[in-house]
Amino acid sequence: MNELQTILSDSVNGLLSERVTGALVRHAEEGEWPAALWNEIEANGLTRVVVPEKQGGAGGTWADAAIVLKAVGEHVAPIPLAEAVLANWLLAKAGIGVPDGVTTLLDGDFTLAEGRISGTAPRVPWGRNADNGVALIEGAVVLVPLDGAAIEPAINVAREPRDAVTLKDVSVTAKRAELPEDAMRLYGALIRACQMAGALGYLSMQSVRYANERTQFGRPIGKFQAIQQQLAVLSTQAAAAGLAAAHACAQLDKRGPDAGFEIAIAKIRADDASSIATAIAHQVHGAIGFTYEHGLHFATRRLWSWRAEFGAGAEWAERLGRETIARGADALWPHVTAR
Amino acid sequence: MQPFRFDLCELPGETAGLRDEIRGFLADELGDMPKVARAQTWSGSDAAFSRKMGAKGWIGMTWPKQYGGHERSFFDRYVMLEEMLAAGAPVGAHWIGDRQSGPLLLRFGTEAQRRTILPRVASGECYFCIGMSEPDSGSDLAATRTRAEKVDGGYKVNGTKLWTSGAHTAHYMIGLFRTHSDPQNKHAGLTQFLVDLKQTKGIAIRPIRDLAGNAHFNEVVFEDAFVPDDMMVGTEGGGWGQVTAELAFERSGPERYLSSFILMVEMIRELEREGGKRGAREIGRLVAHLVTLRQMSLSVAGMLEKGENPALEASVVKDLGALFEQDMPVRAHELLGIEPTIDGGNDFSDVLGYLTQTAPSFSLRGGTREILRGIIARGLGLR
Repeated sequence: MNELQTILSDSVNGLLSERVTGALVRHAEEGEWPAALWNEIEANGLTRVVVPEKQGGAGGTWADAAIVLKAVGEHVAPIPLAEAVLANWLLAKAGIGVPDGVTTLLDGDFTLAEGRISGTAPRVPWGRNADNGVALIEGAVVLVPLDGAAIEPAINVAREPRDAVTLKDVSVTAKRAELPEDAMRLYGALIRACQMAGALGYLSMQSVRYANERTQFGRPIGKFQAIQQQLAVLSTQAAAAGLAAAHACAQLDKRGPDAGFEIAIAKIRADDASSIATAIAHQVHGAIGFTYEHGLHFATRRLWSWRAEFGAGAEWAERLGRETIARGADALWPHVTAR
Repeated sequence: MQPFRFDLCELPGETAGLRDEIRGFLADELGDMPKVARAQTWSGSDAAFSRKMGAKGWIGMTWPKQYGGHERSFFDRYVMLEEMLAAGAPVGAHWIGDRQSGPLLLRFGTEAQRRTILPRVASGECYFCIGMSEPDSGSDLAATRTRAEKVDGGYKVNGTKLWTSGAHTAHYMIGLFRTHSDPQNKHAGLTQFLVDLKQTKGIAIRPIRDLAGNAHFNEVVFEDAFVPDDMMVGTEGGGWGQVTAELAFERSGPERYLSSFILMVEMIRELEREGGKRGAREIGRLVAHLVTLRQMSLSVAGMLEKGENPALEASVVKDLGALFEQDMPVRAHELLGIEPTIDGGNDFSDVLGYLTQTAPSFSLRGGTREILRGIIARGLGLR
């Protein structure tokens, strides 16, 4: 890690490990908005980590942002920080001023005519708490004030708000930006892959910790080979997902709109790792990990939701596979090594 | 905190020229070599090919020039390795010497050993095998029983080494022998020796046919074989520590995830031929795992370049890599349902036939899956 990354890591991990207590997450799952946490996150500039300095941001890279996004997953922070990081980056790319407050992503079916937007986004993260949303419509980045939006509350399996947001003739700011096709799904997949890598790292650490504490048959269960082998698998899956996410972020920094290959890989790898890792983490924790009281499920339920959001691994694999087959068998190795 | 770390590592731009040069060389040298022969990758042995690689300066690439090396970076060497493996070049003859015996001698060998042997390894003329496993010592390496007993001017060796890949073509074995017995501490009293397999009397090398009918590995029996004092490698009794260091080299390379790569290419060719109507999802998933493993493997190369010890990370890559390699014939079967062949088939079915049969060895050779996971668990603080 470079100097900025060390500062960023200390800042975000310090803040989240102190503030995101079990009680805070439970309250959030009951519908409470952790306003104080959000305000502190925003005051620390963490929502603007990839916004250029001259546009009021930290001027970081996506490699820097990955630290923040992984921390959201690792600490199961019940706030739309990952969404805001991406939304604010999109706004800055289009040269739209980045507003204060909660800005979320509007992934939906919209029409834009004469500066007015209409349509619905079915699963908007924290739509009910957001001041603004960012939509992408035909090559334009659109900043949408949400004060007049119709909100139908809903949640995902992790009990994170995923609200239906309907807009009718809302006046917006829209500017064109250089973005790849399907940019919302693509970059949405990237932020989720990074969050998942963080949550997987947490599962690995937490499961090792538990196995060293929990005693059965007169010794910590981590002393049994059957448990050790499972935890080894969990840790290797977390490591693979972590590196795939870091690789995707680095390639986005390097290649701009042409990083779709690596982003697809990161989401596929995180999805595969999640299915294996959540099963092992629960198996090692036994019945206690199946209770609401124990916090393990805050991470595992997020992984079960996130792996399907912005395209499940299967969807990205289908896309990647079609491209690979179309490119031809003998082009596989040159393609892999040229990236 | 995770006990191991995988930092992103990008190959330096200047490796691109080397990659192009190697691809040109391979296109000329391998021509229309059958895919099933390519699928053997580093099990395929061809002395003439090894000598050509030596002439190109592609063996001992990172070693000092005074020992026949080329003082190039670990990244250059990585590019060479992955290009050879992806093409299925027959690199088996010099593979062990280049990968681990050479580096072992550089680190622990005597000056005379380095001067007389390493230049011949680097020129592709001198081959090595590893004498570690025994009939009663597989994963439990410290149970080694082959004895080297001190006699005038050297050691008298008695015992049996087993599963010794390439012993029939190798000039030297690096043998791990017991020079001292202490039932309380079986890790002590092990010593490594260079054994001249071509000149030493009292050594019988018998091929062992594997389930596919190939004879890559051997039983090597020592009966009062005399090994001179100056053939000891490192210190007497220091064998365990030296072997542990050696295994980090053995487990760190791209050969630990590319063994089934040729099959992946032929699978795509079959699907392409069908018009790409099915299999996209499965191929996409394999590509995702391939690229991630490559990044992990590159990360280990980056650690080697920085002089760090990647023993733990190498175990992680090898464990995940073996899963990937072994999954490939399963995916190919599930996706295409074509019967594997060992003769008279097409490229795809022949490669599938070879890899279906050899895949079980991928999580046995170089440390079993269970041993690797035990190493990882130790790293996690569980043991």
